Amino acid sequence: MDSSLRKVQDVWEQDTAIVEGVDISGPWNRMFGQRVIWNYTPELIDEIASFPGAESFAWCYQCGKCVPVCPVDVVGDYGPRKLYRKAQTGISLLDSPDLWLCTTCMNCLRVCPKQVDMVQIMPAVREQALLSGRPLPAELQEALENTARYGNPLGQPPRKREAWVKDAGVPVPILHQIQRPVEWLWWVECYPSYHPRGIDASIALARIFHALGLDFGILGREEKCAGDSQRLAGERGLFEMLAEENIRTLSKYEFRHIVVTDPHALNAFRKQYPKYGGQYDVWHYTTLLARELPRLHPLLTRQLPYRLTFHDPCYLGRHNGEYDAPRQLIEALPGVEFTEMPRCRQNSYCCGGGGGGMWLDSFAAGRQRRRLSEERVLEAVATGADTLVICCPYEVSRFEDAVKSTGYEGRLRVRDIAELLAEAMGLIGEEPAKA
Amino acid sequence: MTLAVILKQVPDVVEELAIDPSGTDLDRDSVSYVVNEFDEHALEEALLLREATGEDVVVVGVDTTGELDQALYTALAKGAQRAVKLVGDVEGSWLSTRALAGLLAPVIRELSPRLVLTGVQAPDDLDGQLAPTLGALLDWPHTGVVVGTELADGLVRVRKELWGGIMLDLELATPAVLGIQAARATPRYVPVGRVRQAMRESTIEEVEVETPVESAPKLSRLRAPEAAGRAEMLTGSPSDVVERILEILRARGLY
Repeated sequence: MDSSLRKVQDVWEQDTAIVEGVDISGPWNRMFGQRVIWNYTPELIDEIASFPGAESFAWCYQCGKCVPVCPVDVVGDYGPRKLYRKAQTGISLLDSPDLWLCTTCMNCLRVCPKQVDMVQIMPAVREQALLSGRPLPAELQEALENTARYGNPLGQPPRKREAWVKDAGVPVPILHQIQRPVEWLWWVECYPSYHPRGIDASIALARIFHALGLDFGILGREEKCAGDSQRLAGERGLFEMLAEENIRTLSKYEFRHIVVTDPHALNAFRKQYPKYGGQYDVWHYTTLLARELPRLHPLLTRQLPYRLTFHDPCYLGRHNGEYDAPRQLIEALPGVEFTEMPRCRQNSYCCGGGGGGMWLDSFAAGRQRRRLSEERVLEAVATGADTLVICCPYEVSRFEDAVKSTGYEGRLRVRDIAELLAEAMGLIGEEPAKA
Repeated sequence: MTLAVILKQVPDVVEELAIDPSGTDLDRDSVSYVVNEFDEHALEEALLLREATGEDVVVVGVDTTGELDQALYTALAKGAQRAVKLVGDVEGSWLSTRALAGLLAPVIRELSPRLVLTGVQAPDDLDGQLAPTLGALLDWPHTGVVVGTELADGLVRVRKELWGGIMLDLELATPAVLGIQAARATPRYVPVGRVRQAMRESTIEEVEVETPVESAPKLSRLRAPEAAGRAEMLTGSPSDVVERILEILRARGLY
C-alpha cells in the first residue's frame, strides 16, 4: 500500500500530488488512481455463467437498455444490468431476493444488443439454488409441492379437474369417456379448471366452441399442469415429470390439433415438449377463434356498450409472437370502443404472474412500490376504459385483485375475450356465467 | 451413531374419501396417500440435527400401502442416509398403533440409534400413542409434543409444548423416543430431480415381517360423517350478512 494514500469515503486519494509540474493535490486527484471497480473480481459472474443455460449472463456489457423496459424496475429496483453489476460487487444472485423477482417477461431480451437471455438464465440459476438446498419462498414451495402431488399448483383434487363441465350448459366431451377421435384437443389447464373466474372463461369458451360446431374434447382428470411456469421457477425435474406424464396421456388419444386456454401451456407445448418427444400442432384459443371469424361474425349479434383496453400476455405476445388475433376478436365485438394502452404489443407491460411470479406474490409485493398488476391496472384506468380485456388465465385473478387494491372496484372490470365474445353471441349474460 | 425417523403414510383427504362396499375399509382404489404431516416434521428435525452433529439419518416405515417407496426415496433425496422398509402380508391392511410399534421395535433396536423421532400424532393415531408405545417396548425414555431438539453428550435436550404457550425444556438420556409436534424449520423442499436421482442411485433395505396377532378392537363399520344440521348459511347482501352476524354475536353475549 502506498503510504502517501489516505482513505477518504472509501476512495483513495493523495494529499499532495505534483504531476508533470502541475499541482493536483486534493480530493479530485482520485481519478488518476485505479478506479475502485478494478478491485472487483469476476468470480461470481463466472459462477453464474457456468450453470447450463446461464452462459449469456457473462455477455452483459452494462449498456443498461434492459433497465427502463424491465417491468420489475418500474415498481422497484431491479433490471438485468443491475444483477450483473451486483455480482461484480460481491452479491451473489443465488442468495439474493433478486433471484425470485424476474417474471421472465422477455422485454429485456427484446432490446438487449448482447442477447443476454434472462428467460434461460433465471430458471438455470433458480434450479441451482433449489438443488443446493437453499430455502425458497414459502408460497412458491407450496405451489411446487401441490403440483408434484396433485398435478396443479392450487392443491385442488385431481378428480375435480373436470367438475366445471357440469356447469357448462353445453356438452363438453371428456376423452376418457367418449373414446373416439376429436379434431381439437382442448388443453384447459389448471386455473381455467379450478379458479372460479377461470371457470367462467372456460364455460364461455365451451359455449363458443359448441356454437361453432367445433369437434373438440378435453382430458379432464387425466390432464396435469403443463408445468411451464414451474420450469421457469427453477423446478426442471418437476417439469420433466409432468411433460413425460402428459405426453404419455396424450399418446392414448387421437386428435389433430391442440387448442390451449393458457399461453404458458402454449409455450410449453411449442418449445419444450418436443424435446421430450411430444410434437403437436398447438393453437392459442384466440388464434383459433380469429381464424373462425367469418363464421363468428354473424353470431356476434349483441351490442356491447363497453370501452375496452387490452393486455398482451407475455407468453402469447413476446414469447410466441401472437399480437393480432386477440385484437381482431376485440374489433369484431359490436358496439365496443377500443383504446390501446401506451405499453402494448412488443412493449407490453407484465401482469407479474409469469416465471413463477403467480406464486411469489407477497414475496415480490414486499419488495416493490406496487404490484406489477397494480401498475398495469392504473395504466388501463388512464385510457378511460371500463373493461380490461385479457386472454391468459393468470391475469383475471391478478388484475381483479389489483382493481380492488388500487380502489377502482366498480370502475374497471376484468374480462376474458371468451367472456366478451360469448356475451356478444348471447351465450352468457353480462355477469359471469357461474357467479 | 444414527437418528431413526419413522414415516407413515396416511390417506390424503384432499380427495373425498370413499368407503369400500364391505363397509369396513376405505375404497383403496380411490385413495391416494401422503406422509403423515407430523412425520414430515420429525424428518426435518432429524435432518437439522444431522446438520449440527453429523449423525446419520435412517428412515423406517412399514409398507401397508404398497407405495411407501416414494416417501422413502423422497427422504433419501432430502438428506437421509438409509431407508428401511418393513414388508410382508401387512400390505393392504390398517395396522393399529400398537401393532405398528410391535413391528418397528425390534428393527429399531437393531439400528441402535441415538434418537427415534416420529410424528406426535397421525390421523389414525390421534392419541399420539406411537412414540410412547415404542418407548415402552424398547424401555427407552420418551416424550411428546416436541418443538425443538439439541444433542449433547449422552443426552438430548428437548423443548416440549405444554399449554397456553408454556414451554418445558427437559433433558432425556439417550437413546430416547420423541414425538415431534413441529420441527424448528418448515420441512424443506426437495426438487423432483433429486428424488428421481435417489430412485436411480439408492437402495431401500427390506425387512420381512408378519402381521402380528393382537387383541385389538375389531372394526365393525366405517361411516361417513353425518351432517348435524347446526350450520346456518347466511344469505343476502354483505351488509345484511354483517347485521345478522352482529345479531348472533349479541344474542350470545360475545359482542
